[in-house]
Amino acid sequence: MAGPGGGGCPAGGHDLQWCFSQVKGAVDEDVAEADIISTVEFSYSGDLLATGDKGGRVVIFQREQENKSRPHARGEYNVYSTFQSHEPEFDYLKSLEIEEKINKIRWLPQQNAAHFLLSTNGRFCFKLRGQDKTIKLWKISERDKRAEGYNLKDEDGRLRDPFRITALRVPILKPMDLMVEASPRRIFANAHTYHINSISVNSDHETYLSADDLRINLWHLEITDRSFNIVDIKPVNMEELTEVITAAEFHPLQCNVFVYSSSKGTIRLCDMRSSALCDRHSKFFEEPEDPSSRSFFSEIISSISDVKFSHSGRYMMTRDYLSVKVWDLNMESRPVETHQVHEYLRSKLCSLYENDCIFDKFECCWSGSDSAIMTGSYNNFFRMFDRNTRRDVTLEASRENSKPRACLKPRKVCAGGKRRKDEMSVDSLDFNKKILHTAWHPAENVIAVAATNNLYIFQDKVN
Amino acid sequence: MMFARGLKRKSAEEPEDVEGCSAGAQAMPSYSLQRQSLLDMSLVKLQLCHMLVEPNLCRSVLIANTVRQIQEEMTRDGTWRAVAPQAAGRAPLDRLVATDILCRSVREQEGECPAPDMGDGQPDLVPGLAVAPAAQAPRSPQSSLWEGDSSRESRGGFQKSLDQIFETLESKTSGSVEELFADVDSSYYDLDAVLTGMVGSTSSGPGSGLQAFASAATSPPSSSCRSDLGELDHAVEILVET
Repeated sequence: MAGPGGGGCPAGGHDLQWCFSQVKGAVDEDVAEADIISTVEFSYSGDLLATGDKGGRVVIFQREQENKSRPHARGEYNVYSTFQSHEPEFDYLKSLEIEEKINKIRWLPQQNAAHFLLSTNGRFCFKLRGQDKTIKLWKISERDKRAEGYNLKDEDGRLRDPFRITALRVPILKPMDLMVEASPRRIFANAHTYHINSISVNSDHETYLSADDLRINLWHLEITDRSFNIVDIKPVNMEELTEVITAAEFHPLQCNVFVYSSSKGTIRLCDMRSSALCDRHSKFFEEPEDPSSRSFFSEIISSISDVKFSHSGRYMMTRDYLSVKVWDLNMESRPVETHQVHEYLRSKLCSLYENDCIFDKFECCWSGSDSAIMTGSYNNFFRMFDRNTRRDVTLEASRENSKPRACLKPRKVCAGGKRRKDEMSVDSLDFNKKILHTAWHPAENVIAVAATNNLYIFQDKVN
Repeated sequence: MMFARGLKRKSAEEPEDVEGCSAGAQAMPSYSLQRQSLLDMSLVKLQLCHMLVEPNLCRSVLIANTVRQIQEEMTRDGTWRAVAPQAAGRAPLDRLVATDILCRSVREQEGECPAPDMGDGQPDLVPGLAVAPAAQAPRSPQSSLWEGDSSRESRGGFQKSLDQIFETLESKTSGSVEELFADVDSSYYDLDAVLTGMVGSTSSGPGSGLQAFASAATSPPSSSCRSDLGELDHAVEILVET
């Protein structure tokens, strides 16, 4: 059903039915903090799907080849590789074991048989151990042969006494069961003092950027001991700090252009050709405030939690607490589209401030063809907006709707007044069940939704 | 400035009445009460920021900006300075406003008058706890909250806590952290039981773990083993040109 070159069919709204495909993760009600999924990302081809969790683990799923006897079912994702990317640490000051949460995973475009991905923990530790935030480049490769007949080692791996070696031989390759290995190839360290919120691979495939609250650095994939600082908003006097960087991303096609968003709801587009230190932006995107809805929470809910370019490179999307906005890069004055995610929460902002939910950072993503966008909400709900039909739908990731190929029923939340039969009231929403991370397959209508410690995979109904 | 949708400000001419809900003035006491509650809650959040498992600069900045907005508005109202003489004669507890009033008021915006009780009926907060109040000494409305000069003591606990937050977040040495801990009133630790939603999910109180050292986390797979495998990998790669 996917068009050539990636995702030609409309998605979202009522044009498409979404069906359950798979769910990964434990069923237990008691969720260990370490198992909470903190990032989800499809590879460039969509054949691999990576998740990172708060325990510093990365799990990669691979799509199996489509089954010839069941041509209508798409391949399932099964575990391909699991590894510990960042180690847990111990905080001596608080006598607490702190897990190394994976903040972001980004795949590199595949250039040979092996796959590469970047992962970052973003933990800020200002205590005895000093800063400890690293970005690691992992190589994931398959091995289906092993060498036998080494000169320096026995078959069981023990070192041989060099004096006993009287002849040299060439090791022979023998087939073995497929093994998938993940090995760290580069460790980029010590360039960030603050919480790393973004990494983004450049379209030149040679450089990438990493962003923390106050700085953005440019790295070369081959060079681990230095990075180039391209944005620095740290004031001389920290007391004057009123705004931080919240997300950053390279343009998908123009390797000299990137954007970064702020806690004040602004986006700056920078061109690295114009100056080395991009403190001056080329474009400044900000929507004028609506004075009638101003409150003490206005700034907090305008803070942008995610920014993503469209695949075409013509638009970008930002997520703030209550809405998703699509911007045309040629128009800085206001977004071209605004989609309400959960407007019914606007009257609850003081409660959400009290319990800190107002600071939750939701991500957003584009469909492969840029015709639809998706983002998460509370109660394990997630929202999809079809940009062509202007329709939107609310779906739920739950174990109850987990029968194979069962279609998801649209959900509705009642903002106030009379609640209809099928609707949920705002007060009965579970604010602990938040969907912060979602991903859309680059070419097909397959989506991955992280609900706390479970990963749901949904796909469109194949007729 | 609207506090929440639907709640409008009274006109600025009418005098502030923080005492109670008099017959003709439902909206105003409710608004200033809510605003004070928001201010108090924000100050508590800021003080607790450094006790979070994961200090979050973005969150701290947003909360600090909220506090500044409230302070600016109260300065324009003239209520910022008015707080000082009133508070001087009362127990600190009287100035605290239960957070449930904050949220309850939004639900009651249809016309009910929320209970203006400030002295009792506050199950959420520990008696005797004194949140750092707004600056006690009268200040010119123009004086910026963020000035970095001269002694901080004269500005009251509020300014001090903001400065400390940002300095601590930047500092890498343990010395300054201990200094920060030394200043914190131990009664804040009691708040942990109440405000568990705000603090990272820790079982031990922040005060108790300062000296304890437990065994280190399980060690990762031996790195030397890994490098051996790496060398083998390279060797085999050269041989098979993978």
